[in-house]
Amino acid sequence: MLAQEIYEKLKAEFGDAIIEFKQEPFFDPFVQVAPEKLFDISLYLRDTPELDFDYLSLLGGMDYKENLGVVYHLYSIKLKHSFILKVTVSKDNPVVPSVERIWRSADWHEREAYDMFGIRFEGHHNLIRILCPYDWEGFPLRKDYVQPDEYHGMKVPY
Amino acid sequence: MGLLNKLDDPYYGGGIILGKVEDILNWGRSKSDWYLQFGLACCAIEFMAMNASHFDFMRFGCIPRTSPRQADFIIISGTVTFKMAERIKKLYEQMAEPKYVISMGSCSNSGGPYWEHGYHVLKGVDRIIPVDVYVPGCPPRPEALEEGMIRLQEKINQQAIFNKRKRIAEEDKQKELIINN
Repeated sequence: MLAQEIYEKLKAEFGDAIIEFKQEPFFDPFVQVAPEKLFDISLYLRDTPELDFDYLSLLGGMDYKENLGVVYHLYSIKLKHSFILKVTVSKDNPVVPSVERIWRSADWHEREAYDMFGIRFEGHHNLIRILCPYDWEGFPLRKDYVQPDEYHGMKVPY
Repeated sequence: MGLLNKLDDPYYGGGIILGKVEDILNWGRSKSDWYLQFGLACCAIEFMAMNASHFDFMRFGCIPRTSPRQADFIIISGTVTFKMAERIKKLYEQMAEPKYVISMGSCSNSGGPYWEHGYHVLKGVDRIIPVDVYVPGCPPRPEALEEGMIRLQEKINQQAIFNKRKRIAEEDKQKELIINN
């Protein structure tokens, strides 16, 4: 199914929760959705037989300077079509519903997005750091991150 | 012809070799160095190639040990992150004396490509443990690691065992004289 058709289906089902659809040459088409409706939209995408997105190939955090965001790359192994979801949240309160219960592969991806960007995924069963040490301060991939001077007595700068 | 032929003939060499006990001990030590089986990053791939039959690390007398208590030296093969640095220090402290360290590759020498923006990388493993031999390269070829191993053997061969402190003090005195003159 084409991205345009998927978008029309979503728009008919969820209305205002689908904020924006962008389709440009050389870029994969994507849909911007409201974070509070994300779980329902994901569940709909997975469980509708003609969409059947059974595979979450990528979940990544983003820093748009003013806001934080999460990008979801979906793929249907059976029907061989793909789709991209995007959500944006404010930096003051970055909370996104977890899709870990829908796609199990989101587990570690969400932990990584939390580790690097500080995006909190509501409903995740074990949201702790995955790459950095547990006592690490700050979220390293944010644009405004300042490198610490030392860690446990070891100097960080060269 | 060689040493063994001389030993065979009781009249020619008398079955005797004259030398220092220290030399023999050091010879034995340098030719049977066991290393800790420990790989960190992409350098570990070259390290594995070194262990395989083409380069054959075992001809240096090197046998991998999975316990730091049985290892004579450790090869830091790859990027040392802060998370790993604490564990490396712990492993090094568990090794029995005399112990040696080979730092393999740019990352463990100086931080390598992470030297500027690597918030998570220790800029050189010599900031936490003493290093005997540095092997440059990103990653070094197994031949370079062989060279590093030969250097480590040379270093072990020259080490003092008896009257160590006295001799080191004398050497330091001579060095001071050279510097002062």
